[in-house]
Amino acid sequence: MSKFTDQSGRPIIAITGAGVVSSLGRGKKDNWDKLTGGESGIHKITRFPQDHLRTTIAGTVDFMTAPEEGSAALTYALAEAAALEAIEEADISATDFGGQLCLAAPPVELEWQHRFQLNAEGADLTPAMQSYDRLLLAARSNQHPSFSPSVKFAATARRLQDRIGARGLPVTLSTACASGATAIQMGVEALRRGESERAIAIGTDGSVTAEALIRFSLLSALSTQNEEPHKASKPFSKDRDGFVMAEGAGALVLETLEAATARGATILGVLEGCGECADDFHRTRSKPDGSPAIAAVRAALEDAGVTPEEINYINAHGTSTPENDKMECMSLMSIFGEKLGGTPISSNKSMIGHTLTAAGAIEAVFSLLTIRNGVIPPTINHVNPDPALEIDAVPNEKREADVRRVLSNSFGFGGQNACLVIGREPA
Amino acid sequence: MNEQNMDGRDVVITGIGMVSALGVGAQQNWDNLSVGAAPVFDSEKFAPYTVHPLPEIDWAEQISKRDQRQMEAWQRIGTYTAGLALDDAGLKDKQEFTSTMDMIVAAAGGERDVDVDTMILAEAGGDASDAATVVNEKLTTELRPTLFLAQLSNLLAGNISIVHKVTGSSRTFMGEEGAGISAVLTAAARIRAGQSTHVLVGASFNTEHPDMLLGYEIGHHLKRDGWTSVWHRQDSEGGGIITGSGGTFLVLEARSHAEARGARIYATLESVEADQGNNDQTATGERLGKISAATKLGDANYIISAASGAKERTEIEKEFLNSALKAVPVRGVASAVGHMREVQFPFAVALAALSLHHEKPVEQMDSRFEVGITDKPERVGVLSLGYEDAEGAALLTPANGGKV
Repeated sequence: MSKFTDQSGRPIIAITGAGVVSSLGRGKKDNWDKLTGGESGIHKITRFPQDHLRTTIAGTVDFMTAPEEGSAALTYALAEAAALEAIEEADISATDFGGQLCLAAPPVELEWQHRFQLNAEGADLTPAMQSYDRLLLAARSNQHPSFSPSVKFAATARRLQDRIGARGLPVTLSTACASGATAIQMGVEALRRGESERAIAIGTDGSVTAEALIRFSLLSALSTQNEEPHKASKPFSKDRDGFVMAEGAGALVLETLEAATARGATILGVLEGCGECADDFHRTRSKPDGSPAIAAVRAALEDAGVTPEEINYINAHGTSTPENDKMECMSLMSIFGEKLGGTPISSNKSMIGHTLTAAGAIEAVFSLLTIRNGVIPPTINHVNPDPALEIDAVPNEKREADVRRVLSNSFGFGGQNACLVIGREPA
Repeated sequence: MNEQNMDGRDVVITGIGMVSALGVGAQQNWDNLSVGAAPVFDSEKFAPYTVHPLPEIDWAEQISKRDQRQMEAWQRIGTYTAGLALDDAGLKDKQEFTSTMDMIVAAAGGERDVDVDTMILAEAGGDASDAATVVNEKLTTELRPTLFLAQLSNLLAGNISIVHKVTGSSRTFMGEEGAGISAVLTAAARIRAGQSTHVLVGASFNTEHPDMLLGYEIGHHLKRDGWTSVWHRQDSEGGGIITGSGGTFLVLEARSHAEARGARIYATLESVEADQGNNDQTATGERLGKISAATKLGDANYIISAASGAKERTEIEKEFLNSALKAVPVRGVASAVGHMREVQFPFAVALAALSLHHEKPVEQMDSRFEVGITDKPERVGVLSLGYEDAEGAALLTPANGGKV
């Protein structure tokens, strides 16, 4: 174990840049001020009409692109903003990044506005044709270059690669609500393999559309507490009733400690370990004994070479669904035991909502800021704690604390579980 | 990798699951492709487009009725094919192996409900806000609540975990052909680095759905005037792509892991390289030169190309093959099975492994571009240019890595 290698003889992975956008604002400063101030970014949706919808609130990001530009444009804009902030902080060229790009992005799909436009064009061409025959006719008869990012899954990564000058073939991944954490894990693994000296991991999600909202709503996953939007996301509360969809992006520049030190970069923290485990129980529900989530946390701790006692704060997945929060607390209890009560656990989602594909990356950025600032962001809306969850949820008010190491959890539909351990920069 | 380096961390292929218009399973696909069987395609059902349709499959061989109901076609194809690969590797229902098995799936999204979409398109008038209200109303009342799960990209992997108990890890890569290339590349790199011992890697694609064709046709990529070989589509009406339904899953293992459990080894995956960048001919040619040099494609007895048929990119590929790899014969497998998007690269890698295992080349499908091969294959190359982006290459050698 040298200065630049970890307990397993692998390169230590330094974090040298971080960027974030959420419904609270653009950039780390704005986000951190509001997050530690207990401010909510959840609001009434204005992007599309709410008729017939059971849920009418979300943490949409409304200050980046015009609504008519659609999801793909917003997803890209969020990722670009977070990436450029991270790269600038790392003091690396914003057009010649030179490392690998690992992108967590939501699946793309042609949007309704596009389908309506094709439908109208097709009707003009051959009124007798209906449905998809008509859409296909319009598609082949006319040019629609602006629709391309909504049908090509590689488009966002391709555009980001060109923008920042990332090397090689970027990976776009989805592990549902664990995607952001998986992107970071992919970057860590590539650096440990020695494939490059730096990587940028980005999680982005600008996909709050009516259809996406309805899909989650039909699965009864969303909060319907529409009256007071900022109070709807209440992780670990007894009256929690679902998550609140939200948008944003988070980005981390990862480098081998050796390369970062050699170029005189400021080391913000260390990505000490990653762990994952898939669940084979159900498409949306976790195995009742929590064993896959437990295995993912254990794998992350083991990968980092630390014990539960060495974790000072847990940045929870904490979605505010009845199922997740119960399962997450139970899993943590089985690992931390009695000590869990003494380890603060808070959920950023109480303020920014569930940013889905981006969540793991955004929460990794907030975990890093927690360490660097010695302040734990609260779980807001914690007025009616669930008595079954015996945790210190850092209720409602931020807390000053000497945090040396954070565990950040991400769990998702499809049995996805990914956890990160982030530590303070080496002395 | 040189001969001194053959060691426990070599990446070997021990299981192959394949489905294409040419058959179900690795054996049927090999039997047809090794003798140059005529392609199976349908130019009527989605006219003016031609597709290579899914063959008849008894899903229950791999997926319970109950689980089948939770999936759309692409998930069924993938889950079924993954089961074939596990069976083939002797790992099916062996939880001591599947519980620690890593998984990388290349996927896009699932299929939409055509009836609901049709209803909305018919009812929504010209006014944009009225149309949005119709969307809300119809989707809320007409969509099957669990359809979302049958559409989500990472739920193919989720279904494989549920049905086949592969739970070591689960990652889904998105992004057309490049996702399939990255999946194989990442799986191999993890094994080589000791980050993984055995990985299930693959993809599936159902093209027989109008929304899937629409995705291509937004960019005018589809051929509209019937079938020709993938190398001769320059004068086609429309674009040059003929799509196909199918899937491929591979079990990749560290040699030591495979040997310890006495597994049959098809072939050694010596190297995989990938790149992406400016798509002009010069820059693309340079990248192809780089990845083919890194994988030693020039040493291959022949190359299995995953060429899509897309006019511009396939022309660049032909130029490259004709200039840089003139002496190396090539087989364009999309002529036979169609363009299967994320499946392209895994399918070509699977065929290369089968070719080495059976000590026979894939038969030519277009004698105007593909020359005959008489040698027993010892090194088989794989080359893939995505229809718009991404390039990948691989070199495979026999089970023992080509050592005596």
